[in-house]
Amino acid sequence: MSKDIRVKKGLNINLVGEAEHTISKATLSNTYAINLQDFHGITPKMLIKQGGKVKAGEALFYNKDNESMLFVSPVSGELVEIVRGDRRKILTLKILADKEQQSLEHKPVNVESASAQEIKAQLLKSGCWSFIKQRPYDVIADASVTPKAIFVSGYASAPLAADLDFVLKGKEKEIQAAITAVAKLTPGKVHVSTGSSNSPLATLQGVEKHNVSGPHPSGLVGTLINKVDPINKGETVWTINPQDLVIIGELLLTGKFNAERTIALAGASVKEPKYYTTKIGAEVATFVYASGVNNDNVRIINGDVLTGSKTTPEGYLGYYNNTVSVIPEGDDYEFFGWNKPIFNKVSATRALTFSWLFPNKKYDLNTNTNGEHRAFVVTGQYEKVFPLDIFPMQLLKACMYKDLDEMEQLGLYEVAPEDFALTEFVCISKQPHQKIIREGLDLLQKEIG
Amino acid sequence: MSLKDNLHKFRVKNEGKKWFPVFSGFHTFLFMPNETTHNGTHVKGADDLKRTMNTVIMALIPVLLFSMFNAGYQHYSAINGFPKDFSLMDHFLTWDNFWIGIVKVLPLVVVSYVVGLTIEFIFCVIKGHEIEEGYLVTGMLVPLIVPVDTPLWMLTIAIIFGVVIGKEVFGGTGMNILNPALTIRAFLFFAYPTWMSGDKVWVHDAVNLAGTPDAISGETVLGYLAQNKEFSYSVSDMFFGFIPGSVGETSAFLILLGGLFLIFSKIASWRIMVSAVAGTLVMGYIFNGVVDAGWITETSKFYGLMSLAGWKHLIVGGIAFGIVFMATDPVTGAQTNKGKWIYGFLIGFISIMIRVFNPAYPEGVFLAILLMNVFAPTIDHYVVQGNVKKRMKRLKNATILPKADDGKAEELKVETV
Repeated sequence: MSKDIRVKKGLNINLVGEAEHTISKATLSNTYAINLQDFHGITPKMLIKQGGKVKAGEALFYNKDNESMLFVSPVSGELVEIVRGDRRKILTLKILADKEQQSLEHKPVNVESASAQEIKAQLLKSGCWSFIKQRPYDVIADASVTPKAIFVSGYASAPLAADLDFVLKGKEKEIQAAITAVAKLTPGKVHVSTGSSNSPLATLQGVEKHNVSGPHPSGLVGTLINKVDPINKGETVWTINPQDLVIIGELLLTGKFNAERTIALAGASVKEPKYYTTKIGAEVATFVYASGVNNDNVRIINGDVLTGSKTTPEGYLGYYNNTVSVIPEGDDYEFFGWNKPIFNKVSATRALTFSWLFPNKKYDLNTNTNGEHRAFVVTGQYEKVFPLDIFPMQLLKACMYKDLDEMEQLGLYEVAPEDFALTEFVCISKQPHQKIIREGLDLLQKEIG
Repeated sequence: MSLKDNLHKFRVKNEGKKWFPVFSGFHTFLFMPNETTHNGTHVKGADDLKRTMNTVIMALIPVLLFSMFNAGYQHYSAINGFPKDFSLMDHFLTWDNFWIGIVKVLPLVVVSYVVGLTIEFIFCVIKGHEIEEGYLVTGMLVPLIVPVDTPLWMLTIAIIFGVVIGKEVFGGTGMNILNPALTIRAFLFFAYPTWMSGDKVWVHDAVNLAGTPDAISGETVLGYLAQNKEFSYSVSDMFFGFIPGSVGETSAFLILLGGLFLIFSKIASWRIMVSAVAGTLVMGYIFNGVVDAGWITETSKFYGLMSLAGWKHLIVGGIAFGIVFMATDPVTGAQTNKGKWIYGFLIGFISIMIRVFNPAYPEGVFLAILLMNVFAPTIDHYVVQGNVKKRMKRLKNATILPKADDGKAEELKVETV
């Protein structure tokens, strides 16, 4: 049985450079890297020393708070560099890949008959636990807490995001295995949303299906949670990205950690935007330069343009990303940019901005902030693009003045920074909403969680 | 080297200097900055605060131009009598009328901006932050809500008071509790009442000529009504604004157009405007009902204003201007959508109540809005509490599961596997 969720409040940001539906194999990367910033809140304890050898799927480090939670290498090779930052904090682990790839082999698990305990142990030791995230706090799931439900969004509505229907095609078996397995870890339901009936997720068994439609953020898992079964204080839900279900499923079925992933390379600055198969942690140059970029002054983003993180041509594909966006930098002045009529940028207002006239036009947006940072002035703008039953500005302000009671009461447990990406986009005062929410979540976790 | 490059070099060289915010204010006025996103969204919407404020100013420009002509039109009409067969081109849009506007209204605008922005610049330099755009709109509103003959020194003092006490002490744009333009207006009203009310101040020169054989009337429609006197203005005069009053408040027509433009451009809240109009009508018709019921006789001092048809309240006095440009100030108004309905309604309702029951000074709009500015956070608080209560109610049915490692998990596993 599937239920319909129609999202009305939101905004589609149509950008040029959508990835064409063809898949190429990316050049093999020489080095691979795990960026520790991808695992928010995890303190790593290294298991491999610099210069040590690992197989694909072999643990590099474990979580200081839970020794059984391992984080593994995407490829076999030599750990050539541990990049450290302030106070010797580990930032990045670089692995020089072997010519001949070897994988660590676990015993396959029969997902039908395995117990919850066995599945949990398998996920923890194989490194696949890292793909399970939890709310509240939007961090890797605490393995000692049982979630009330698990949510998977099979519809990517973010600008230029990889088309999940396309990249997950043919992976139904793995996804089903992963769903069957993780469903045993919760007494509640597994909720899966799809954007169309063609979705490979539409045929899944043992899940509660939801058809979502409407503008972005209809495809965000936070929107799904809020519409289906919002989180209360004390409750925990888990979320898993569908492309990571493929890795989980393959591990359970074959015993191997296969870090392969189909990613979309998109954006106005890419000459040939299309899909590539590559591995987690691969050098972005291996596919960005295969497609070519239009000019030098570009920004390469791990993820979509709203929630991704900035990287460089020497950077690496993020652990959770299936999209790499390349857009022009906007580091130039614009004469009387604040009062002339604007046709080439997206706006949620009509203050001499004309994007409302062309709802289907595709825009070539750059990274200019289009104005300076200010205190909150205008009200009512966020509510138009924020479908959750939460007062966005009040919650942001509660996070800014660090009132824990108010943060709790206004629903901070229910949200992740990505839910505030659209409000940040339309924000006239150019406030960093996602950062404010992230800091609020960290504070709440530290004080209460 | 182009201007753009020169300014950029100058900017980089002088970053961090005390006076830098002042340069930056002018620089960002000329060029939208080259700032790029760092964290969070990599692309951003096209609107910034300058554009938002500019949109409000655009909505005010027709009102300002009209008021400049009207200043002269009222002056000459008071001396020579109103023209019998009024024609817009012959009697209103004339150079003579406009000249009065240039010598009387334009200085108010100039003084308002120069004084206000100077204070703004001083505070930005002291606090070391960017020049904020809030005063761009305030500076345009202030000259439009004062009597035409307001002495410039008086305006200067009021602006200093309003901007410093009304805004800067709270932390500048976005932090103030009271609308700064109305704070300035209120200061003028309570500090210099003889200049701000009565039957002389609303037409240029009426004060100077008072007591001479050439004395002219400077009475507003509300003034006549409050004194139960007859007046000769037609409904269309009142709607299009060919009546005496504060500089920019008279033309309900142009204010309506400005309001529609602000609603269309999604800059100002239509909820506040619609509910404020509703509040005005409700209170107006309640008073009409009281008159119809015979509870108020023609001898009552409230009769004139109470018997004015409810809808006509919208086209006389400053209520239209207040609803469109003052009540919709997002900083001092209610911030939640539901709160805006309540806030707007009460502004309209209370404005008319003050107008009718205060015949000495029948203009209650600015007091009503200031009062509601103070209550707006309270309204929002209760609206937000509604959301909090919903969450609390949900919490009662929360499925809080035992931790997997405290023994209870064994039972759970039997259930789930």
